[in-house]
Amino acid sequence: MDLATERKINEDLLRPLRQTSVWFFLLIAGLGIIVLAGVGSWMYQIWNGLAVAGIRWPVFWAFYITNFVFWIGISHAGTLISAILRLVNATWRRPVTRCAEVITVFALMIGAMFPIIHLGRPWLFFWLIPYPSERQIWPNLRSPLAWDFFAISTYLTGSTLFLLLPLIPDFALLRDQMRGWRKRIYAVLALGWQGTTKQWHRLEAAMQIMAIAIVPVAVSVHTIVSFDFSMSSVPMWHSTVFGPYFVAGAIFSGIAALILAMAVLRKALHLEEYLHPVHFQNLGKLLLMMSLLWGYFTFAERLTTWYGNNSAEMAVFWETQTGAYSPLFWTMVFCNFVIPFPLLAIRRLRTITGTVIASSLIVVGMWLERFLIIVPSLATKHLPYAWGAYRPQPVEIMITVATFAAMVLLYALFAKAVPIISIWELKVGGHAQPVLTPEEQEEQRELWKARP
Amino acid sequence: MAVDLDRCTGCEACVTACRTENNIRIAGPEQSARGRAIAWIRVERYYEGDFPDVRVKFRPVMCQQCDAAPCEPVCPTYASHHTDEGLNAQVYNRCIGTRYCANACPYSVRFFNFGNPVWDRPLELPLNPDVSVREVGVVEKCTFCVQRINAGKEQAKAENRELQDGEIKPACVQSCPASALVFGDLNDAESEVSRLSRSSRGTKLLEDLGTLPKVTYLQRQF
Repeated sequence: MDLATERKINEDLLRPLRQTSVWFFLLIAGLGIIVLAGVGSWMYQIWNGLAVAGIRWPVFWAFYITNFVFWIGISHAGTLISAILRLVNATWRRPVTRCAEVITVFALMIGAMFPIIHLGRPWLFFWLIPYPSERQIWPNLRSPLAWDFFAISTYLTGSTLFLLLPLIPDFALLRDQMRGWRKRIYAVLALGWQGTTKQWHRLEAAMQIMAIAIVPVAVSVHTIVSFDFSMSSVPMWHSTVFGPYFVAGAIFSGIAALILAMAVLRKALHLEEYLHPVHFQNLGKLLLMMSLLWGYFTFAERLTTWYGNNSAEMAVFWETQTGAYSPLFWTMVFCNFVIPFPLLAIRRLRTITGTVIASSLIVVGMWLERFLIIVPSLATKHLPYAWGAYRPQPVEIMITVATFAAMVLLYALFAKAVPIISIWELKVGGHAQPVLTPEEQEEQRELWKARP
Repeated sequence: MAVDLDRCTGCEACVTACRTENNIRIAGPEQSARGRAIAWIRVERYYEGDFPDVRVKFRPVMCQQCDAAPCEPVCPTYASHHTDEGLNAQVYNRCIGTRYCANACPYSVRFFNFGNPVWDRPLELPLNPDVSVREVGVVEKCTFCVQRINAGKEQAKAENRELQDGEIKPACVQSCPASALVFGDLNDAESEVSRLSRSSRGTKLLEDLGTLPKVTYLQRQF
């Protein structure tokens, strides 16, 4: 790669950090107001108790837990996808990885808020954390909620490291390019990076370790989130398929969120030269596979329930299939499968617009899926006397809207402080591959052959 | 506890007695319609057949004090736990309000305090000093009137004698005019509740879930 190209990459990707238009401030102010309204709603709820929310006997979990599962699902966008793409050494990944990893960290932060928001006494949330306390009791380690705490904190730590490691060389670049107070901040963040061979080797090794370690962590996180439901005997919750079903759904919604984020970044930051249609094509193929997998899991889950014909489960089954929740259920099927499938399967439609439409629908559909797993089961438990219907209240809706605003706000602020596309990885990718002799090529091909 | 469904007339005296004994909050019509009413014991009504051949079935449902209670392992703070006596206890001060226990309970007999309790004057006057008032954000449920159990045991100990069968009566049992509810020691094979629990009419509620409930329902014969 010649010097001119490298300079162009620097200029293009550092432009958002150097120049700020008035639209950015307007966006931040608008999103900030929505987030503040959400925080205000939460304070109002703490002050008045959960009486202001829509939850009731017997539907004790609803919007908040839906949001919890949804955001933890979105967080699988990043780290998992970027880790897999790194491990299989897919070269097209280079401009994609960082925007994906950022989604993970922020979505996890937002998702982890919800178990606290939904508590009856949120000021005591730290009782979920094991620490030597004057009460002399530990959290109940048999409870899936205690597992949640460990799973989410591990994943948040891991994915933050996974985001920060490849940022170090870019922080060093920023340290060298910026002036004034910003230079001092980036100098601290760059951790003394000088670009020596030793440092590169260590970075590569650390990233390789993190990429391998984060995959089982990500899978286990959403499995444990699914355990919150499948460990209790509530009809249609107590199911062995929930672990993989939740993980597949999480990756599904995660890729959709990633495509949306990339499309917005591409337009807003003028990154057309870096985020090509081929990236959307490739992610669209992944999304298509996950859509099929999601459809398969949903079908398998429903069919087994129907054949099992357990009376308590059938009540929930018909309630979602043809009853009060059926409009939501069929909207979900259309959003997650019926419309995205042709959009993503037909090559002519798998354009940027096509994948963005499919992704928007999938984000809505996956939110509905989480809601439809939680609410109908609780509303239609074993004793018909104790059935009830849930309706969300303004507080719950406001807090839900505010989390989406918070996601965009954090993302916008991050893109203002850090190049959203990894500069050094792009440059590495631009280097010409060494020309191999036919013997060397043969030797490389040899590696793929089965040896005795 | 044993419940004879043949004797239950659905008068709901047990519900009222329980409310007074255990300081259960009053939700009011508007909040009740929104599912915030609390009733540690309720009389479920089920109708069978078409008019005019309608049969009404009453079934008083309270916490079944399960031996394998689904609410216990799910609580992250041990607020819901098993006592040595076999009661399923709820420690209000330890509860942080995840409501997981209330979801896991197949009998839906766990209730959540959606707001701080208020009693319009003079309804606060008959509050029972032996029972704590639950604050906002905690889960509560039937205790089998544990305050009466403890008082009865202490009384017997003070008088240096064994507890008599039928000496301890939870509020619902005491107030049942038809004697449909019977309370006693299941470990004592001679007690009335043990005898009724062994009855051929005896069934457990949602027995196939494997929760091992301690309440036996004697099914209706007519």
